[in-house]
Formats: sequence, C-alpha cells, structure tokens
Amino acid sequence: MRITQGCFSFLPDLTDEQISKQVQYCLANGWAVNIEFTDDPHPRNSFWEMWGLPMFDLRDAAGVLMELTECRKVYGNSYIRLSAFDSSHGWESVRLSFIVNRPKEEPGFRLERHEVEGRNIRYTTKSYAVDRPEGQRYGAS
Amino acid sequence: MNTLTAVDSSGAAPPATLVDLRREFDEVGIGEVLDQLDRELIGLKPVKTRIREIASLLLIERIRKRMDLASGNPTLHMSFTGNPGTGKTTVALRIASILHKLGFVRRGQVVSVTRDELVGQYIGHTAPKTKEILKKAMGGVLFIDEAYYLHRPDNERDYGQEAIEILLQVMESQREDLVVILAGYGDRMDKFFGSNPGFRSRIAHHIDFPDYADDELLAISELMLGDMNYKFSADARAAFVRYIALRKTQPLFSNARSIRNALDRMRLRQANRLVADLDRVLSADDIMSLEASDVLASRVFSSGSGG
Repeated sequence: MRITQGCFSFLPDLTDEQISKQVQYCLANGWAVNIEFTDDPHPRNSFWEMWGLPMFDLRDAAGVLMELTECRKVYGNSYIRLSAFDSSHGWESVRLSFIVNRPKEEPGFRLERHEVEGRNIRYTTKSYAVDRPEGQRYGAS
Repeated sequence: MNTLTAVDSSGAAPPATLVDLRREFDEVGIGEVLDQLDRELIGLKPVKTRIREIASLLLIERIRKRMDLASGNPTLHMSFTGNPGTGKTTVALRIASILHKLGFVRRGQVVSVTRDELVGQYIGHTAPKTKEILKKAMGGVLFIDEAYYLHRPDNERDYGQEAIEILLQVMESQREDLVVILAGYGDRMDKFFGSNPGFRSRIAHHIDFPDYADDELLAISELMLGDMNYKFSADARAAFVRYIALRKTQPLFSNARSIRNALDRMRLRQANRLVADLDRVLSADDIMSLEASDVLASRVFSSGSGG
C-alpha cells in the first residue's frame, strides 16, 4: 500500500528534475531545506532521522540534490522526505514537505481492534513493516 | 572552409540556422560587463584579453547550442596567480557576473573561502565542512583564496588532503553546477599544482595577474579617491608619484592594496591637519583635497632618505 503523506503524495513519484524545481522554489522563498529518512511509515511518526543538518544559505537546488543522492545511496530502500523550513518571524515552521524516496515494497497497514470495557472497540493502525526491528524492515538496508 | 560551411548548413536544419551575432551579444549584456571591466580595472592587459576570449568562447558556445552543434559544456574552472593586491578577487566577481549573463552558471553568486572554511579541526570534520561550502556555492562560483594552504606537504596527516579530494570530485562530476576559481601567489601555486596534478589538469584557464606599473598605480589611486570624493592637489599628485616609486622598492609592497592603505592614512593626516586649525571656515574644496604635506608626512619618505 502506497503511503500518502506530505505534498504531492497522490501524484506519481517526482523525478529528480521535478524535485529540483520544487527545491528551487523553496530556496527562492528563503526556506531551508532538510533531508530526513525513516523506516517507520506510520503517519503519526513525526520523528524522522535527519540526514545531516538543515541546509541554510543555499542558492541552488544542485546542493540539495547532491545530498539527496548521497542519502539514497545509504537509505535507498527507506522513506526519504524533504522538508522546507521557513525561519521568518511569525512562521517559524515547516512550509512544505514531500516524500522523495520510498521502499520498493510497501506492505501497508493492518487494523487492530481492542475490545475495551462495555463491548466498546478501539481501533489502531499498525504497519506490517514495523513488526521487524529497525533497519531490517524493508529487506537489506 | 568549405567543409565547415557544409556541416554548418546541414547540421543546423531544425533549429536556428542564422544568428545575428550583434543582437546575441547585446541580448546577453556582456558588452556592458566587459566595458565596466575596462573602465574600472586599470592595467591588467593579459587578464582582460583572456576574459574577452573566454566571454567570446562562451557566447559562441551558447549559439552553437541553439544550432544543435553541442560540444559539451566547456570546462570553466580557473586559477588566478599573481602578487598580492593585483585584483584577483575583483576579477573573480566580474567573471561570475559574465558567466551568469551567458547562462553558464545559474545563480551567479560568489562564495569566497580560504583554508579555514574548508578544512576541519578533527577527524570527520572536514568532509561536512567542505560539502557545506560546496552546496552554498552550487549554481555560482567558488573562489578559494590562497589555495595552496589546502595542501601541507610537511604534515601527511593534514586534513587538507581530504578537502582537496572532495573538491576534485565535485569539480569533475558537477561541472555544470559550479565553477571553481583558485587564487594565490604565483610561485606557491606552481608548487601546489606540482604536488596535486589532479588540480592542474582539471583547470582549463590559468590566468597570471601582472604587477602594476607606476602610472597604473597612480590611475588606480585617483580612481579610488574619486570614489571616496577626494582629490589630489597638483603638488600632492607629484608627491604621490614619488611616493609610489619609493614604496615599490620597499618590502611588503602589495600593489593596489598598499595604495588603498596609503590613501587611508593620507585621509587621516588630512583630517588631522584640518582639525588642528579650528578657527577656519572650510570650503567643500578644502575638505576634498589632499595636500602635498599629507603625502610627504609618510614614513616611506623618511626611511627612503635615511637609508
């Protein structure tokens, strides 16, 4: 099951050229672009690992693409996203975030039912991927 | 000749076949930058010739691209060698704007760095540091001043070598993303290239900056004064001609930079002279002009006569 979170996730995967244009848009707005990766696809997982520091003071998308290529070499079979941080007063938050890399196979989520008091049921979603320990969730790497 | 034109007419069938060179030249606006270079940079004949050549090549390359006669982007990495104060940094800024106007770099910013900004202080510090600078320079020009400090032959565990390797790799693989300009004093750069042959072969343009002649230094000083809204009186000008001749023979002479410093000291003396006489009404002319006494008070004259 293809996970959909962040911008553009209902579109086909962006090509490098398209990614580069989006990054250039972010840089033109003065946002700092950051690369993050994870192998826990749950939508409530807000703690993705950072690939290096956020890239401040860049002028051209080529710099971000260079780092992304490096990151893909190491974590090519995980989720990688780019997020653009706006440091201007009043915003000080992420303005744009989109997935740029996903594992070859995404096993999807199962629904778990908890039977609680009074025949009530609580639902929770759990990714099949996280049944295995971190680092082994999508085969090698 | 004949074969050339034949290739030209057949190869350029789908895209533009005829190009108005003058219009193309005006369109990119490099004429303006080159004129500015001529106007604001005094002397430096060989440098200007070389920049003109590069600009022409790039202009033709641009047209060739439109005609589908692609020959691959030319290598644009350069090395500037010359004594201190010969205008290497200034020219690097101009080169960046020429390259930007011709579309060979996308953004046209110049990131000027020295060893400190590229080389780290402990193991594992250098690579991220160098990469961060490279990322900032992407789409523009990376200007490495005194590049030979990157290589310390006396210490084989020096982290400079790591920075050099990363630089070389990016210079080769991302030639269309950034242009690297190395600058430094002639003899030391030769030694640097001697011990890093990879650099020498990846750099297409080696430009040597000559020292300025006396009259050029005088013209530079007048240009600088004009920018600061000062001027020489006739006597002061004559004294300054002598100053230049004397200063050149002394150690640590660094061309235009020495001239700039001398001018700053003269402004100091002029201000002091004006303030010494408080009961005076000053005209704009008084405030603007440097007198011979401001020049002659310099240490250069005393040490020159003393021995």
